[in-house]
Amino acid sequence: MSMTTENFGLLAEFVEPDELVEATARIYDTGYRDFEAYAPMPVEGLPEAVGFPRSRMPLVVLIGGVVGCLTGFGMQYYLTVIDYPLNIGGRPLNSWPSFVPVVFELTVLFAALSAVLGMLAMNGLPRPHHPLFGVPQFDRVTQDRFFVCIRRTDPLFHEQTTREFLQRLGAKEVIDVPL
Amino acid sequence: MTTGTKDDTNSDSLLSREHSFASVTDKIASIVLARRLKRGWIVGLLISFALTMLLFLSVAWLFAKGVGIWGIAIPVAWGFAIVNFVWWVGIGHAGTLISAILLLLKQEWRTSINRFAEAMTLFAVACAALFPLLHLGRPQFFYWMAPYPSTMGVWPQFRSPLIWDFFAVGTYATASLLFWYVGLIPDLATLRDRSKRRFPQVAYGILAMGWRGSARHWRRYQDAYLLLAALATPLVVSVHSVVSFDFATGIVPGWHSTVFPPYFVAGAIYSGFAMVLTIAIPLRAAYGLRDFITDRHLDNMAKVMLASGLIVAYGYLTETFTAWYSGHESEWFSVVNRATGPYAFLFWLLIACNIVIPQLLWFANVRRNVYALFALSLVINLGMWLERFIIVVVSLHKDFLPSSWDIYVPTFWDWSTFIGTIGLFTALMFLFIRLLPVISIFEMREMVEESHGESS
Repeated sequence: MSMTTENFGLLAEFVEPDELVEATARIYDTGYRDFEAYAPMPVEGLPEAVGFPRSRMPLVVLIGGVVGCLTGFGMQYYLTVIDYPLNIGGRPLNSWPSFVPVVFELTVLFAALSAVLGMLAMNGLPRPHHPLFGVPQFDRVTQDRFFVCIRRTDPLFHEQTTREFLQRLGAKEVIDVPL
Repeated sequence: MTTGTKDDTNSDSLLSREHSFASVTDKIASIVLARRLKRGWIVGLLISFALTMLLFLSVAWLFAKGVGIWGIAIPVAWGFAIVNFVWWVGIGHAGTLISAILLLLKQEWRTSINRFAEAMTLFAVACAALFPLLHLGRPQFFYWMAPYPSTMGVWPQFRSPLIWDFFAVGTYATASLLFWYVGLIPDLATLRDRSKRRFPQVAYGILAMGWRGSARHWRRYQDAYLLLAALATPLVVSVHSVVSFDFATGIVPGWHSTVFPPYFVAGAIYSGFAMVLTIAIPLRAAYGLRDFITDRHLDNMAKVMLASGLIVAYGYLTETFTAWYSGHESEWFSVVNRATGPYAFLFWLLIACNIVIPQLLWFANVRRNVYALFALSLVINLGMWLERFIIVVVSLHKDFLPSSWDIYVPTFWDWSTFIGTIGLFTALMFLFIRLLPVISIFEMREMVEESHGESS
């Protein structure tokens, strides 16, 4: 363990999702903050356990939708009323009922794009490499295993006590994550 | 009546208790990661590929000669291109319906069918989008539909349903692609981590974008997915409504009807579910997926088909009643002409395919018989295609002026283009089955967790 100052953190492996949620809650209660749980599927109670009960996705999508709506109407209004007015049988230039379909479609389009791009951006993806990918056991995080990683940068982190703490939480294995 | 397999004791649960996280992951991922190709897959792809070549040939000939190679002329200027467009777009509705609406309604049985239904949607919309482009006459100018500052100084006509169509289909294709891709990200990461060879690791690794299942990521992911579903739900309804405006805002007898939007949407769901069954039944047999796509799934889909079929029948009835009640001579003539005119045979075939025969779905042992269900799904696919043919061609061929009446006969190139798109669609489906997981693996793991939670 002479290289320990070089590592990214300590990774604990669990077999059952319930064990992970319980361990994560204990880690949070102990006072650790710079840690993250990993699971092969959404696990009920896990975001709450890591202290991230809700995301700001709804706000992002709302903004996207409003921008799309205004873009849709603004574009049609500008093009048919200001830039290229066509008198068709004396009908009003701002014939807003016939603008509704395009406004609706652009609202949905912008909202959907902001949901996907917002989710990826806030998650910091795409991210081609991450120190955890260096751990062979971590391959199973996308299959059937559950992990929690406490980072070295956490103020409470201590090589020996954190390791023992994770072992006491019932981890199947505690693994050094190389940087 | 045989119901697929006799030893299938779990036919009424959605997922057997014996499955674990590892077993569902292994079962679905191994379809993609197995090195050997199945012979049936090779033969199927070859036939589809040959038909795709027929499509390319037809398109090349069309570009060389113009739309005169088709059977269209005045008064029937829309012909096969629009019939096929509406048919394909309609098929493309089931995917998003299953993914989005059934997700919001918490219908768990959607989990094992949503992935390939979404893929089906994308490929069907791709086939659909080809037709208006080919029908333009000068397809090289398709981009004139988009509002961009051109040197001609003119803009699209935003009061026209054809431009609404452009936005509706464009948005639908984009949103369906996003929905599908977002759903795939965790499964692409699974394939990345399971594959043993370098090339798939890199390829799936790039597509998975570094997904590592972090709890915070999952939170945002689930929120984004649910919001996408909420956005896609009104979008599905809007797309076929807008397609129906292409007809309903025209004054042609047989088109000018306010019942068109809801009845088009019901018809889209009807044909979409029929196509999902057409694909699901052979798929689950070929890849041994009966554990995931159970008889209960097929039964549920059959019920949705029955319900949407009845709405379609109601649409026909309303249309006929309104034509009679309006007292409008041309409207009533178009109804009589449908039932007794030169295309009467197709009309009665349509009634048989869409209304009469599907009533068999009331019987549980028909819904549980895979052969009967597969045959019915083909019958409904045919019926829905005939419906669009009747709406487009039969309404147009005898409109207000008897002097301009004419009979529309599709040419070889009409048929070759249509059959070619079926080839393109199936070729894309075959490639999809081979390259991406056909069932959402992470959602199946969630189902495993839930079924274990119930038992303990």
